[in-house]
Amino acid sequence: MKVLVCVKRVLDPQVKARVKSDGSGVDLSNAKMTMNPFCENALEEALRLREAGLADEVVVVSVGGGKTQETLRHGLAMGADRAINITTEEALEPLAIARVLKHIVDQELPGLVLAGKQAIDGDSNQTAQMLAGMLGWSQSTFISELKLDGDTATTTREVDAGLETISVKMPAVVSVDLRLNEPRYVKLPDVMKAKRKPMDTIELDSLGLDTANRLTVLEVVEPEGRSAGIIVANVAELVDKLRNEAKVI
Amino acid sequence: MSNLVIVEHDNNEIAVATLNAITAAKQIGGDIDLLVAGENCQTVADSAAQIAGVATVKVVDNAMFGHHMAENLALLIADVAKGYTHVLASATTFGKNIMPRASALLDVAQISEIVEVKSPDTFVRPIYAGNALATVQSSDVIKVITVRTIKFEAAASTGGSAAIEPLTYGSDSGLSSWISQAVSGGDKVELTSAGIVVSGGRGMQNGENFKLLQSVADKLGAAVGASRAAVDSGFVSNELQVGQTGKVIAPDLYIAVGISGAIQHLAGMKESKVIVAINNDSEAPIFQVSDYGLVADLFEAVPEFDSAL
Repeated sequence: MKVLVCVKRVLDPQVKARVKSDGSGVDLSNAKMTMNPFCENALEEALRLREAGLADEVVVVSVGGGKTQETLRHGLAMGADRAINITTEEALEPLAIARVLKHIVDQELPGLVLAGKQAIDGDSNQTAQMLAGMLGWSQSTFISELKLDGDTATTTREVDAGLETISVKMPAVVSVDLRLNEPRYVKLPDVMKAKRKPMDTIELDSLGLDTANRLTVLEVVEPEGRSAGIIVANVAELVDKLRNEAKVI
Repeated sequence: MSNLVIVEHDNNEIAVATLNAITAAKQIGGDIDLLVAGENCQTVADSAAQIAGVATVKVVDNAMFGHHMAENLALLIADVAKGYTHVLASATTFGKNIMPRASALLDVAQISEIVEVKSPDTFVRPIYAGNALATVQSSDVIKVITVRTIKFEAAASTGGSAAIEPLTYGSDSGLSSWISQAVSGGDKVELTSAGIVVSGGRGMQNGENFKLLQSVADKLGAAVGASRAAVDSGFVSNELQVGQTGKVIAPDLYIAVGISGAIQHLAGMKESKVIVAINNDSEAPIFQVSDYGLVADLFEAVPEFDSAL
């Protein structure tokens, strides 16, 4: 079985997003970028499936600007067999990304698509579900456990109330949560090896898909900050403040 | 304008988060209809009809909707949505699971986790873990929206008298099936609706020590939460996680114990009305957002706080 893993290049989660002064967006110039953490979990799971003999090929795909290939190289260094790099300088919305991914799925015919549950830049949490809908495939979202069993997969989902276990028919689109696994560290020899692995680069425009954005971003601003309050000397003062000043207990 | 709000429920009761989504629909304006899809869910439909400001409750009572599986539910929503300008659900794991799929079937964008309605086509939503707020305008004929519940008051659950309209719908896609649900917590206070939340981080050192927080929470009628660091370290289970990738909450009082205050944690709790931080590191970023900070060893401060209550 072939596993397709969708990955995104995002601002490093340890870096605080800075809003541009003209309100047009978040300033990413010279910012440290990385593979979206949830996407790393998705890729790790695909690699483990291959190592367990349940998958025979792991393909990473991304849609993005010129430097997206660095993120895909990281995926290859982690252990993916090959990469597909769909290049565009436009910032596509999840609906358009899902349409591009559907095109790739139709060509690659994977038995399983894995993706992160959300990208930590747009925080949309949409692409995997949209892709599943467009394909008419089953979906399981926000999973923390995956067991493949022939033509079905048993997945445990992290839902608000706790854990939900569902069975989905294959092929399926599965979006993953952080507790699914611990992504492996990439070693230097892996980085060297990744340079020789195949990467197809495809210009988005050459695919002839409708990827027009439906939303216009009118403004991006920083939220009103919270200012630091006071430091209390001891527990007694804390209790007093909460009772008599804030009146919350 | 006409709004369709998807009701989240367990076939017995309506989830409170749905009432917040109804308030967002009211701010958009126009009629508000509800869609209740479930199995033996007539009591849900009856209570939905009591919600103030609702015109019609559409009910689909069918075993294939008993567990709200995304494949069937998204098809239903996409079908019913065609008569509306706005389709809303709360941004819970229920709404997050089904709404993007319905959006794709309708070939429209989804506007995720709105925190403000500017006009019927313009909404504000947080991006980058809440470190930026984007105002977006939709050009789609049908606007599919999930609503961040903490930013909208709950609609009154009584005072309405909506018509109930039963619908029959299609056949089971058979793509997925529900197996089980493990609900932890029992009768403990629910995190997303609690007025007071006591959360622990990596500084708690282990799961056993969370009993210290539970004792405080019991006295205050509070829920216990946790940072991602505490969840990743295996101290507590994930449904307690507060943050960008966990739950976003805004209680009246949030007490952060042994939590440093990583960006992604702040995203889940910085809208709280009053924030208390207890941490032995005076440089911890959590103190930059706390109203009351106590620099102390939590293993001394928390029991002392507990006995002072």
